[in-house]
Amino acid sequence: MSTPKLLAQTLPSLRLTPRRTAGSIARHVRCYTKPSSAPLPAAPNRSAQVPVRRSPWSNSFQKRTFSASPAVSHGHVEPPKPGEELYVTFIDKEGAEHKIAVSKGDNLLDIAQANDLEMEGACGGSCACSTCHVIVLDQEYYDKMPEPDDDENDMLDLAFGLQETSRLGCQVVMKPELDGLRVKLPSMTRNLQSSDFK
Amino acid sequence: MLPVRCAKCRPSSNWKRALNATFGASASHTRTLSTAQSTRDGRPFRLAVIGSGPAGFYTAYRAMSKIQNAKVDMYEALPVPFGLVRFGVAPDHPEVKNCQEKFEEVASSPNFTFIGNVSIGTKSDHPDGGTIPLASILRHYNAVVFSYGAAKDRTLGIPGEDLKGVYSAREFVGWYNGLPEHADLAPDLTQGDEAVIIGQGNVALDVARMLLEDVDVLRKSDIAEHAIETLSKSKVKRVHIVGRRGPMQAAFTIKEARELMRLPSVASHSIDTTLIPPDLKSLPRAPRRLMDILLKGSPTPPPSSSEFNTITKSWSLDFLLSPTAFLPSATNPTQLSATQFARTTLSSPFDPKAYALPSSPPQTTLLPSSIAFRSIGYKSTPLPEFAALGIPFNDRWGVISNDGRGGRVQHEERAADAAMEMGPFPGLYCAGWVKRGPTGVIASTMEDAFSTADAIAEDWGGGAAGSGGRVKFLGDGDGEVDGWEGVRRDDIGVVGNARVVDWEGWRRIDAAERERGAKVGKEREKFTRTADMLAVVG
Repeated sequence: MSTPKLLAQTLPSLRLTPRRTAGSIARHVRCYTKPSSAPLPAAPNRSAQVPVRRSPWSNSFQKRTFSASPAVSHGHVEPPKPGEELYVTFIDKEGAEHKIAVSKGDNLLDIAQANDLEMEGACGGSCACSTCHVIVLDQEYYDKMPEPDDDENDMLDLAFGLQETSRLGCQVVMKPELDGLRVKLPSMTRNLQSSDFK
Repeated sequence: MLPVRCAKCRPSSNWKRALNATFGASASHTRTLSTAQSTRDGRPFRLAVIGSGPAGFYTAYRAMSKIQNAKVDMYEALPVPFGLVRFGVAPDHPEVKNCQEKFEEVASSPNFTFIGNVSIGTKSDHPDGGTIPLASILRHYNAVVFSYGAAKDRTLGIPGEDLKGVYSAREFVGWYNGLPEHADLAPDLTQGDEAVIIGQGNVALDVARMLLEDVDVLRKSDIAEHAIETLSKSKVKRVHIVGRRGPMQAAFTIKEARELMRLPSVASHSIDTTLIPPDLKSLPRAPRRLMDILLKGSPTPPPSSSEFNTITKSWSLDFLLSPTAFLPSATNPTQLSATQFARTTLSSPFDPKAYALPSSPPQTTLLPSSIAFRSIGYKSTPLPEFAALGIPFNDRWGVISNDGRGGRVQHEERAADAAMEMGPFPGLYCAGWVKRGPTGVIASTMEDAFSTADAIAEDWGGGAAGSGGRVKFLGDGDGEVDGWEGVRRDDIGVVGNARVVDWEGWRRIDAAERERGAKVGKEREKFTRTADMLAVVG
């Protein structure tokens, strides 16, 4: 197999189903139960996807200096406009702090992934797993977030190391009141014992 | 010009850089790797992964990001990847299948090779499939990860289990998800309106949902076409989900319970409230929320006895019943007509670890049922060569004997003082259900696979600090091994005649399935025959 072919295959990482947006009012409505005669949208054709070049800001973003390049818009995190930066700090499993400037409307899963933090998001941010579990460090900030809905709580019930201020990263959307938010990525410390098999 | 992957579309995280390191794709990144990669004298690390479900993929993903110059070959008995993500996850849970995106990224790495339609040790189900001895795999890799899951199920061992109308939930799930092995199951859902599901795990609740959900809702999912045909003719209106113990001991998770409660025009019958602690507030969060849902019930009221079976579909969780026999119909002695249970009591009703005891005096309950599903757990089995190769399998727990967290296969070896003791089998690891038993959601399998990969990386990198000496791997001292190339060379007779499906071949199957699906308004219409899959590969 040729190298360009392989590389090309890695390219458009498309979502098979649209991300569930936090705060969406349709949250409780399962898409399959909606009376609709319209067929489900067909999955996007990979080859039809226009390749997007890595924009110059993707690296400078991490250094928190911002270029004036036009933002690439495709549904994930956007660089904040100068003067409108909100800050969120992730404390990773090794205890290192990552303070990141983000835009209003970004969710913590997208932010973490765009910044190479170790957060999985196995279900692609659709609130169907618990792999983007974060622990909000200050109760005050936790209280400023809309309460988790039943679906999010159901997933949190399955999360390892659940705390009073646990949330799913995909459901926490940045807004000005959350500027200065600090969250911890839980370390996976559950030890499998032979008793687990009994 | 090569299109360049957008860094913001998906995480171009450390592992991705590691995966593509040979291409210099990391050149544009300025950050250094936060986690050091394991290496052993700069040698390439050849890893065979047996099974392409989430355990295999998550182990491969983590190993490739943590070990320098790791090359992973993934063997899969079917021509198609993803294991239970494709054949186990319910079709109306498409969001759970989003993890496939990550698996596709892993598979697109030049350091990853998919070897589909090739079975290890067990003879391939298909005449065009390859069968490679495990011994051959052990010769050509530094390490092997067993992540082949749990392909059998537990049986009840009660009279009548072979009657027509008694099915295993695993087969039923495989059938509606298009698993070739069970494409011909053809369950008969027209013999009566009552169904019994024995077992109260998430698989039991999935089966119940398939029986109760509006077929027109399922029709838009990627459920197999033959399942839609059968389900649309189903006469089942009343589903009993039966367990030996109570709600506090049940294995299902809250999401699945809530889904059943939310099914439109489907009613839940109220449960035995004496089995729920009176003071819910005293319970920990997860059981408290679950008990709350069970107490609230469904918005659709259960049908009254007079209109029973005529108006609404309904279901119940029936507790404290242990199955004792499947009883045949008086008119047709090969057809199931009822399931007989012995009533149980709990050692302590509110203790999640309580066990069931026969009630005293003994009481028998009969549930009319023209169809019954056995849903009491999947079961892993050892590969046929395990015994000959000295790879230990714990039959009692249905897992490969391993050290728990790291998934290092353990076998008995002679210690320095000549006594026999358990120690790691060099180079052998396991992950997923064959490591920890057939329970847990994808998140638990991911975590479990990551800890196996971390153990491999730690061992390859020289062992844990202070452990002294290098950890042994397969093929140590014999120079470099060459993985799939070597296996192919050794087993030319087998591999030469087999139709090996590579990742490109799977992509053709994938595209053809999506195309078939688009014509009927579904995300995909799966091929349910191996021959049809292979025909598309060309």
